[in-house]
Amino acid sequence: MSLALIAALPFLGALLPGLLIRAGRNACATVTGLVTATALLGILLHAPAVMRGEVITTRIEWLPALGLNATFFLDGLGLLFAGLILGIGLLIILYARFYLSAKDPMGQFYAYLLMFQGAMVGIVLSDNILLLLVFWELTSLSSFLLIGYWKHLPEGRQGARMALTVTGAGGLAMIAGMLILGDIVGSYDLTVILQNKDLIQASDWYLPALILILIGAFTKSAQFPFHFWLPHAMAAPTPVSAYLHSATMVKAGLFLMARMWPVLAGTPEWFYIVATTGLVTMVLAAKIALFKDDLKALLAFSTVSHLGLITMLLGFGTKEAAVIAVFHIINHATFKAALFMSAGIVDHETHTRDIKRLGGLRHLMPITFTIVCISALSMAGIPPLNGFLSKELMLDAAVDMPWLGNGWIIPVLATIGAMFSVAYSFRLISHTFLGPVRDDYPAKPHDPGFGLWAAPAFLAALVIAIGIMPMTTVGGLVQVTASAVIGAQAEVYITHWHGFVPALWMSIIAVGAGLVLLGAHGRLDAIWLATPRPDAKRMFDAVMAPLVRVSRSITDRLHDGSFARYAAIAVLAIVTAGYYAYVSGTHTPGTRTMTPIHPVPFIGWVLLMGATASLFTFHRNRLLALVLVGVIGLMVSVGFVYLSAPDLALTQISVEVATVMLLLLALNFLPKDSPVESTIARRGRDGIIAGGAGLAVGALIYALMMRDFAFPSISEFHLANSKPGGGGTNVVNVILVDFRGYDTFGEIVVLGIAGIVIYALVEALLRGGPANDRLLAWLPDQKRAGDRHPLMLVVATRMILPIAIMVGVYIFLRGHNEPGGGFIAGLVVAIATIMQYMASGFGWAAARQRIDYHAMIGWGVVIAGLCGVGSWFAMRPFMTTNFGYFKLPFIEKFELATAVIFDVGVFLTVVGAVMLALASISRIAIRAGETVNVDPFDIQPDEQPNAKEAR
Amino acid sequence: MELLVASAIGLMTACGTYLVLRKRTFPVIVGLAMLTYAVNVFIFASGRLAIGLPAIITDGATYSDPLTQALVLTAIVISFGMTALIVMMALGSFLTTGEDYIGMDDDAKPAAKPAAKQEGDA
Repeated sequence: MSLALIAALPFLGALLPGLLIRAGRNACATVTGLVTATALLGILLHAPAVMRGEVITTRIEWLPALGLNATFFLDGLGLLFAGLILGIGLLIILYARFYLSAKDPMGQFYAYLLMFQGAMVGIVLSDNILLLLVFWELTSLSSFLLIGYWKHLPEGRQGARMALTVTGAGGLAMIAGMLILGDIVGSYDLTVILQNKDLIQASDWYLPALILILIGAFTKSAQFPFHFWLPHAMAAPTPVSAYLHSATMVKAGLFLMARMWPVLAGTPEWFYIVATTGLVTMVLAAKIALFKDDLKALLAFSTVSHLGLITMLLGFGTKEAAVIAVFHIINHATFKAALFMSAGIVDHETHTRDIKRLGGLRHLMPITFTIVCISALSMAGIPPLNGFLSKELMLDAAVDMPWLGNGWIIPVLATIGAMFSVAYSFRLISHTFLGPVRDDYPAKPHDPGFGLWAAPAFLAALVIAIGIMPMTTVGGLVQVTASAVIGAQAEVYITHWHGFVPALWMSIIAVGAGLVLLGAHGRLDAIWLATPRPDAKRMFDAVMAPLVRVSRSITDRLHDGSFARYAAIAVLAIVTAGYYAYVSGTHTPGTRTMTPIHPVPFIGWVLLMGATASLFTFHRNRLLALVLVGVIGLMVSVGFVYLSAPDLALTQISVEVATVMLLLLALNFLPKDSPVESTIARRGRDGIIAGGAGLAVGALIYALMMRDFAFPSISEFHLANSKPGGGGTNVVNVILVDFRGYDTFGEIVVLGIAGIVIYALVEALLRGGPANDRLLAWLPDQKRAGDRHPLMLVVATRMILPIAIMVGVYIFLRGHNEPGGGFIAGLVVAIATIMQYMASGFGWAAARQRIDYHAMIGWGVVIAGLCGVGSWFAMRPFMTTNFGYFKLPFIEKFELATAVIFDVGVFLTVVGAVMLALASISRIAIRAGETVNVDPFDIQPDEQPNAKEAR
Repeated sequence: MELLVASAIGLMTACGTYLVLRKRTFPVIVGLAMLTYAVNVFIFASGRLAIGLPAIITDGATYSDPLTQALVLTAIVISFGMTALIVMMALGSFLTTGEDYIGMDDDAKPAAKPAAKQEGDA
């Protein structure tokens, strides 16, 4: 399976849970599991080759000019992480199915989870650092959604925001670092960068790049001093905590350090920054974990501590330490995910995670107890479990690792960290499960169903298997992964017994002292609670509050909700930018000669300018404003005729008619005048802004028109190929239905959407509520016509209808060769129909035609789309048209093009959208008490006077 | 002719901008319609002006620029859809609140405060 496909699968799959939740929760979980399983299978199929030492690559050129290509590669490190992400993902999906309650929107959860999974897989498979950065940010975003999944919990929302702020800011720093790195090497391909260690480490920019990249890694992996977000992210549902905050996302930082290890590690800077940070994090977090009463908080700090341990190992910069780091990544993922899921089970069953309210669960929940026991003992580093193996190796590596020339600091602190680790692990077991059974649990606990404990039990089994037979189970994987990390053949030898080495004594001291600590926990806890501690959340809020205030005050000043203000700021900004470009650039006078001015166009221009200038003064009289708009639109249409654009003129004039009708109908329900509200100063200010904009636009287009094209225009191509390639002589129409048919397709879709949205708006207004009440109580503010459906108008429109439709058909058919086409024909037919509505009333006209305008829009889009699809059957690309010339008896040779089918689609959509918009206003009128006439005229010509009185 | 077209575009832009900066929905809609004219003619004119040379293929003549015309043709139709949509939104908000004021609190029209707020939310 292509690596690109593997990375894309979870994203594509994220669409499915939302759909399949309608088929039930089991279907939803199953399909999510299948997506993950397919991706995992894809990785596993590559596993044999990777285990042999090969590197699998996939390369898709995307934006080669920017160095941004979708390139993926799979080596040992990628294999380990992709396996962890997808494998544990599968277990989490199973666990979440039974963990989430019926009230939780499960489709959403699985969709977010798959998005996150895809982003993680993308990170570990990316061969391009820019692509990696995109996936990196995606994990921050999707984890934001997952942490805040329970939207009703304020802690969830705040925790999600904090996590996003910290990891997002770190991600920004990392982008800068990665760009520097790419700049040093001259390539954004990871495989190239990884081969340029000397070049990078010799560069002056090595330290800035290192620090920036490490900020990204440390924030993601919750290293001191950025560790504070992780405990707050524990407000997430437990499956999320188990997945993101133990097995995958927090390990992304470690992954990055491991990935960059060959080029960044080995310098004193690397050692002192990375190893020190790791060491401090490990000890500090382990100490805090011991005093946490919330099960998940305890596990969160323990995770931070273990991440610190791995960071420290990577920071040592030796090959042996890197091997141990890889091994501990595997071990930590197994026991910590199992512990998180078990904590979730305890929470699920007892309705509390507070250790002080628990105890004695051993008898009530024996299965859970067994799982927790195995995993926690592994976490404490008790032989023969897997946690013991990696901790022994870690202590061994810490011995004789000098820090500023002192050989004692690191071993001692590492032992202290291990001691706290033992203490909190045993506390987790004893204070939750041992001791007497209590009678005050918030809910009566018992072991959950198989579905909930299957996943942690599987992981606990792995803990034992790896612990007993490390070389058989994971020896090969560690070897391949570590080789990928250090960029050379790694030596892996994992065993339980190293002899009486210092590490053994350190381990024994740690366990002994840890048990003593636990024994004294009660007293220590009292001291802990009595001493003041920095509260990360309060500090975070204190930092964020002024930032929020500043950004809010800027936003409020620029975007206070007043449309006039947005518009004024936007116009001013654009004009200023344009002016700056004008004064800072160089320009030569125009080369084209002015087209001569003839008297008739000049009169048209005077009309246009006069009407526009009058609008400034008379816009308050809304009806007059509409009349003026009509004049302007007419003059624009005439201008198009004169300036060689017959298609535009036809379109403009028919749109003009429809627009003015629509505005008139709407004005019926709006105030007829705009009051004087703005001060003179304000009007003056607006006038200056408007004048500036007008001057700028006018000057720009004048300058443009007086110069020739700077580059050869692609219009020549269209003119040359319209007849031979598209079969039509009207180039504008051929461009619309053929050359740029795809664009036109998009445009009719937009038009159709506009029509349907209008319908929906009216539907919502008339469904009840204040608008509906207002309409029901509507009193016309204008005098009504005595004869609303005058005989002359009715008869005239009836006469016109067939003629207008004939004209429409004619315009449609000739469109390919002469001015016309689907757009114009659609508008002409729509206007002819609207005339019927206006003459005889909406009710009368609607009763006499059975056209569903929604369906018309739909059919239009479908026909146009199918016309495009049809070209596939002729083995040609989407929307390729074909044409031929035919001869029938009695008429001259004529042309048929498949584009005409497309044009039918355009025609139908235009008619449907225009009619739906106008019909919607009519519905408002009917609700406002407009009577629906059943007769074509109000005054019947054949009606006897007495009969009228009788009615 | 170029001077006439450019001045017309300029005045229509100025008028449209001025109306868009008003505080009632209807002038804003009219202003947007004016801006639509200005923008459409602007794009059309960027293909340079030609008199009596429609882009209909005949024998060996020169033609006006068909590309900008095709762009503007769809733009005209789409702008009708947009105008219709905005009109309906304005109508809806007027019918819902009984106000067509779209300024904000500091715009010296105290009575309109709640109405303006609701509109902003809708």
